[in-house]
Amino acid sequence: MMDKPTWKSTLRAFLYLLPALLILIVFNIYPIIKSFLMSLYTDYDFYNDVVYEYGLSNFSDIFQDPNFIKAIVNTTVFVIGVVPVSIVLSLAIAIMLNSKIKALSFFRTIYFLPFVTSVVAVAIVWGWIFHSDYGLLNYFLGFFGIDPIEWLTDPTYSMPALIILSVWKGLGFNIIIFLAGLQNINKQYYLAAQVDGASAWHRFLSVTIPLLSPTMFFISIISIINAFKVFDEIFALFNGRPGPANSTLTVVYYVYQKFYEEWEFGLASAAAFVLFIIVFLFTLIQLSLGKKFVHYQ
Amino acid sequence: MDVYLDNLTMEFQDIKAVDRLSTTIKDGQLVSLLGPSGCGKSTTLMLLAGLYKPTSGDIYFGEQNVTKLDAEKREIGMVFQNYALYPHLSVLKNIMFPLRMQKVPKKEAKERAIEMAELVQIGHLIDRKPGQLSGGQQQRVAIARALVKKPKLLLLDEPLSNLDARLRLEMREEIRRIQQEVGITAIFVTHDQEEALSISDRVMLMKNGILQQDSPPQDMYRNPINSFTASFLGNPPINFIKVTKTDQQGKYKIMNSSQLIHLAKDIDMGQIQLGLRPENIYITNKEDALMTGEVVHLETIGRDTLIRVKIDDVTIRALIDPATDIHVGERCHIGIKQEHIRYFNIENGANLERGNSHDGQANMEKHA
Ligand SMILES: Nc1ncnc2c1ncn2[C@@H]1O[C@H](COP(=O)(O)OP(=O)(O)OP(=O)(O)O)[C@@H](O)[C@H]1O
Ligand SMILES: [Mg+2]
Repeated sequence: MMDKPTWKSTLRAFLYLLPALLILIVFNIYPIIKSFLMSLYTDYDFYNDVVYEYGLSNFSDIFQDPNFIKAIVNTTVFVIGVVPVSIVLSLAIAIMLNSKIKALSFFRTIYFLPFVTSVVAVAIVWGWIFHSDYGLLNYFLGFFGIDPIEWLTDPTYSMPALIILSVWKGLGFNIIIFLAGLQNINKQYYLAAQVDGASAWHRFLSVTIPLLSPTMFFISIISIINAFKVFDEIFALFNGRPGPANSTLTVVYYVYQKFYEEWEFGLASAAAFVLFIIVFLFTLIQLSLGKKFVHYQ
Repeated sequence: MDVYLDNLTMEFQDIKAVDRLSTTIKDGQLVSLLGPSGCGKSTTLMLLAGLYKPTSGDIYFGEQNVTKLDAEKREIGMVFQNYALYPHLSVLKNIMFPLRMQKVPKKEAKERAIEMAELVQIGHLIDRKPGQLSGGQQQRVAIARALVKKPKLLLLDEPLSNLDARLRLEMREEIRRIQQEVGITAIFVTHDQEEALSISDRVMLMKNGILQQDSPPQDMYRNPINSFTASFLGNPPINFIKVTKTDQQGKYKIMNSSQLIHLAKDIDMGQIQLGLRPENIYITNKEDALMTGEVVHLETIGRDTLIRVKIDDVTIRALIDPATDIHVGERCHIGIKQEHIRYFNIENGANLERGNSHDGQANMEKHA
């Protein structure tokens, strides 16, 4: 079946790809290039779409903006707060679901719900859960003698609140992927390890972890990229504000503010481009680490 | 270390995979567990390994009752049907794995692993991953991994079933060599009767979870306890013919045929089933003949000539001297020495020349 590629076959393949390619170009590739170019507009008349001057001053400007620095710090805190917890938690739950338990599909649905529910609805519900006077969370904490926390109005607690919401929101997807990965591991390896004298913990370390590494790798890349892009959750949870006293201002939120609220297209594009570079670098590092530690069968 | 099984039973939801299995496996013996697919061989092995816990019955390793002991504490080695080598570890690390679990220092573990790799002749492959090995090589790694911790008992679950015919032959001799060199008690599961007969000290034949016969290979072949054992062993398979007693002394009528045959033994039963091994049957003259029929098939495979002779409704297979001048379509007289004829109860298949004692029980030694 595999013929040598000819001009004709290449052309035909290209035609098949064309619809998807067109959409990609119009909605992804073009905006990326355009926003990169826009980040270089230093003097721009957006009423008439004329650029008087190109330069790098947008970049130097944002790095001198304390809000941008704050956005980067907040985003980093968010990524560090969400990704590891989310991975560990979803792996633990997936392992639990993978062992023989009753009403398995019921639990799967429960954990998958957040993934299919709209962020806005989720955020409204969590807005209630976090409510300082009537919220469920404070009610539960009350049992442990903890005083009510102003989750959404105290700058100290708004980031933890956002992290809790995002971890919960990401669980469903991660669990499903982990479950698929776990079910792909041949049970024989566990039997062999058991005969070889491995305790349950050692079986987890020596069989589950290495054989799950491709899944783990995939999930960590996706989670990190998603965490860097966090926006909707903030917008919905804090009613269109980046948290009290900018406490949950992230890079994407910063881009949004510059673009839609201040009409600073150059600055917005420069910030977006910086985020792109950061995510790109992270992914490169992960890919090279992955080559070393991930075992593909 | 001797292994005792005492009325071992394993029930899954609706089926008894192993049914009141009792036997003794002597120290240093290689015992084959033989039987058709689904008869409970793997289940028995899993029970011995501790990966399944029996519904009832007990397992003793020497004096110790290990029935409730978990697999990781039983100190056994096991070779799985598909080897189950850890795909992410090199051959060396695979072999070292059981030692690492025993917390053997790394240097010593490595030395012992390499030594074991040499024993199974894969010393040159230790840096490869299992995916880069042939089936035969993987099997050697699996054996090395099972043996490296010096287990008390080695369990092998159809380790040869993935190999081609020639390699199977080679590897089964290899397993025998290694087993004797190490002097370990081993239980070898197979559904191939030839494999079982050729390498083991003793064969345990199972059917539907029940141990049928438990005896040395030649004994089982020559003196089967019932018609199932007789039919399971031997290739080409044993011939069965049903005969009915007549009024004439020593004369029996072949069922659905008018031919009478002469039997030296006088069995006090109206109908019996006779078993005739193909290799015991020969072509003879009219006077000496047991039966007469028409040759319907003749083939020569290597050094043997196999014929099929049709006597009315029954067809008899015989292995004959290739030099015999005989052709398809000819009538011929076939004979067999009287002592080679086996007599079976037509209802329950029991061998009428043996007592009713169950061999499995006979092999069960009393212990504290
Ligand atoms: N985990 C299980 N749950 C339910 N039934 C099982 C289970 N394992 C085995 N059985 C049943 O027990 C019987 C014996 O199975 P077992 O695997 O021991 O057969 P076997 O002799 O090893 O066969 P084979 O030669 O095909 O490997 C079979 O009928 C099988 O369907
Ligand atoms: Mg089996």
